[in-house]
Amino acid sequence: MSHEIVEKNVGLMALIILLVISVGGLVEIVPLFFLKSTTEPVEGLKPYTALQLEGRDIYIREGCYLCHSQMIRPFRAETERYGHYSVAGEFVYDHPFQWGSKRTGPDLARVGGRYSDDWHRVHLMNPRDVVPESIMPGFPWLADNKLDTSLTQKKMRVMNMLISATCNGCETYTDKEIQDAPAELKGKTEMDALIAYLQGMGTSITSRR
Amino acid sequence: MTVNDFSFTSGFWNIWIVVLALGNIFACWWLIRWSSKKRPGEAAAGDTTGHSWDEGTLAEYNNPLPRWWLWLFYLTLVFSLGYLFLYPGLGTYRGYLNWTQQSQYEQEMKAADKKYGPLFAQYAAQPIPALATNRNALKIGQRLFVNYCSSCHGSDAGGAPGFPNLRDNDWLYGGDPDTLTKTILDGRQAAMPEWGPILGDKGVNEVAAYVLTLSGRDADAKLAAAGKQTFATYCAACHGADGKGNQALGAPNLTDSIWLYGGSAGVIKQTITHGRKGHMPAHRNFLGEDKVHLLAAYIYSLSHKP
Repeated sequence: MSHEIVEKNVGLMALIILLVISVGGLVEIVPLFFLKSTTEPVEGLKPYTALQLEGRDIYIREGCYLCHSQMIRPFRAETERYGHYSVAGEFVYDHPFQWGSKRTGPDLARVGGRYSDDWHRVHLMNPRDVVPESIMPGFPWLADNKLDTSLTQKKMRVMNMLISATCNGCETYTDKEIQDAPAELKGKTEMDALIAYLQGMGTSITSRR
Repeated sequence: MTVNDFSFTSGFWNIWIVVLALGNIFACWWLIRWSSKKRPGEAAAGDTTGHSWDEGTLAEYNNPLPRWWLWLFYLTLVFSLGYLFLYPGLGTYRGYLNWTQQSQYEQEMKAADKKYGPLFAQYAAQPIPALATNRNALKIGQRLFVNYCSSCHGSDAGGAPGFPNLRDNDWLYGGDPDTLTKTILDGRQAAMPEWGPILGDKGVNEVAAYVLTLSGRDADAKLAAAGKQTFATYCAACHGADGKGNQALGAPNLTDSIWLYGGSAGVIKQTITHGRKGHMPAHRNFLGEDKVHLLAAYIYSLSHKP
């Protein structure tokens, strides 16, 4: 019985199982890396500036993604509140993306320009100063911490590698931009970087829907 | 925007998906047929296969797959083919129904427009002072305010340090209906320069003393007298010679007791030294004129109680 051959050869069974379970990924995931709408930037999208790139790392370090998503779904209830739904081409410079999976706080995919810089400063120090009902913790140390720029240039080079490997028609950082980055970030606080990142979010699509 | 774009960087991937997806369905069908086929030398249905485990105490019956299960399995195969025919799934094929999540979203928006469009249009045609006494319009306006404006101006519109109170009758740029509408639609950018580097600590102290006297408070007379001169030179251009402000520039009135950032001597000095860049974001694209019209009516009603 051929059943017996499979059952009595663990190696063969492992191979066949591997083949079966990889079919789904081969059909549903692999082609996405070659789909134009997921690998090409939307019009007007720019790579993160050095300051925004560092701000993004502060966002990740402080765990903002645990409470804030960055993914507006194509439902009226969401676009009324947040603006145009998110599209794949907006995330080509995100490695890794910060879509998140939980909204304890609001979605941030289009928070750029929604509030003033001053508002973000007050709000990050103590959210209840502007939103009394807020349960978000304050992040006052961000205003005191000077930005650590020792790895900025390395991060930009790694981003260049990731961008050019995954994206068609994306811009990469020029040698000059990488060279100038530390001088540009001199004296900036982590708060400055995080606000620069937040204020750039989702601004390449400005239409209501 | 090319969000509906199904195109791949190469035609290979279309074929890849079609072949693998259909091949997989076919393989499932073949596997179930092949494994349920009767084989030579097989025990009759209902008999034991002759395999035994656990020192002969466990035997295995050769039972065919239950008929209902087998048919359910075939049914899932038929369902998958039907799904791939109706909906997008096979490479660049868009499906018979031409469904996309964007088109579903557009439909949802269209239905909402049909329902709420006439309502907004009806309010858009009425002047703001009239809407400010219309309870239904104000209800909508209040909901919009809580949703879009309360993060800065507070859910009661009472403001916060740096974010104007909208309930009083003191306006930086003007509180008439047209100005309110324009402020919400296009935003505002205040531009109080930092005077610290120009005036120096001494100059800032003098001007701050004079500004305190403008709102009728006590200050060192000598400092204030010196500050009056500096005020006339540097500050009067925006705040006016009398310090009463200028709504065309958004320069606040310094003679009243309303202070956007705080009116203590310390905060006034800080404001003069570092300047202020108050910024109200534009909402024209985000909210559209109809909603802004209702918002303006709600805000207008807060300081124009009947």
